[in-house]
Amino acid sequence: MAGDKVVVLGTYVSMFSMRAQVALNEKGIEYEKKEEDLANKSPLFLEMNPVHKKIPVLIHNGKPVCESLIIVQYIDEVWHDKNPLLPSDPYQRAQARFWADFVDKKVYDCGRRIWATKGEEKEAAKKEFIGIMKTLEGELGNKPYFGGEDFGYVDVALIPFYCWFHAYENFGNFKTETECPKLVEWAKRCMQRESVSKSLADPHKIYEFVVSLKKKLGIE
Amino acid sequence: MAEEVKLFRTWSSPYALRIVWALKLKGIEYETIFEDLTNKSPSLLQYNPTHGKVPVLVRDGKPVCESLVILEYVDEIWKHNPLLPQDPYEKSMARFWANFGDDKLMKSIWQLFIAHEKDQDVAAVAALENLKIVEEQLKGKKFFQGETIGYLDLAFGWIANLVSILEEIMSLKLVDGERFPHLSSWIQHFIDAPVIRDCWPPRDKMIIKFQVMRENYLAAATPK
Repeated sequence: MAGDKVVVLGTYVSMFSMRAQVALNEKGIEYEKKEEDLANKSPLFLEMNPVHKKIPVLIHNGKPVCESLIIVQYIDEVWHDKNPLLPSDPYQRAQARFWADFVDKKVYDCGRRIWATKGEEKEAAKKEFIGIMKTLEGELGNKPYFGGEDFGYVDVALIPFYCWFHAYENFGNFKTETECPKLVEWAKRCMQRESVSKSLADPHKIYEFVVSLKKKLGIE
Repeated sequence: MAEEVKLFRTWSSPYALRIVWALKLKGIEYETIFEDLTNKSPSLLQYNPTHGKVPVLVRDGKPVCESLVILEYVDEIWKHNPLLPQDPYEKSMARFWANFGDDKLMKSIWQLFIAHEKDQDVAAVAALENLKIVEEQLKGKKFFQGETIGYLDLAFGWIANLVSILEEIMSLKLVDGERFPHLSSWIQHFIDAPVIRDCWPPRDKMIIKFQVMRENYLAAATPK
């Protein structure tokens, strides 16, 4: 739609920001990305997400939409004529929403525990993480994408975590590719899409970010 | 073509109630299967292998899980008496507030419910703050989305029933008419609505159940 002003408030490292960007890129929407400093939140940010004070926030013609999966659905519904992310069949849509919700409920928390804890807790987190990835791999099956032939909603929900794998693997001492080869194949396939490769952070920069975050939080 | 619709639920789950109300609002006939979560049926485990939780809606043998996902599915399959707004922005707001209800509000009220006396004050602050946020949303509205019951009312429906049960057990009033006039008024409108009214689980049973749950939590987390 001509004359749309779209802004994404996010951070370079946030997999949740990346979801919004991937979705917008898939739709070919021009947008401005504003990097938010969460230690020093901007007035715009606080005005646009007063309830949670979290990124990402999508601002479409001045109106804010918060929560990354809600943002992705909004993008899909507003720009519905290009590269639909959710399937048109209600049952398939429900399945997509279920699996995106699963990613939300499980991956971030577990991934965080891998780098933020040590000893038994870390080992448990690593096992849990591999279990989660195996479940997702099972859901993917032999399909090229979670949505089937086409890149879709669940792919958008999960792929940003791929740039965090290097950090998780380093701290957890495992290789996702060994445990879940099909999932990594899927991730590499997604990375071939410009919408994705443009949006994801450099895994090494993520690793460095986690190293410095651990120092800041006093975690060894 | 007659559809076969089944709802797996427990007698007490507030999440399952959302679906009971939605199906009633849409006038859909269905079969209820009550589950005992300490002894899950093979069917439940088959239909929800990932979480093993209720509610699960099964339509023509195909399961849908997670209550808010089910609500959207119900709304898309049976398009009359729409639950969600049509406009994408309004829809995103409804989804946002439903998430807030589950992720923040319910969690903070629950934290207060299972808090030891010494932690109650702090827990109450969070719960009250979140309730205030919801109160703001109801200003000038009979129901969350306007004049009629919709998705967000069903998502917040647990406030209208479960909160008073928890309050009775705690001997602590959270949602009073003075601090929360709009929320109190919404609760009254909601529980009076014919579709909602007859679905509540038996109150005395709920009190016993949650009392036991609270005792168990408090015992498990006894401070040293």
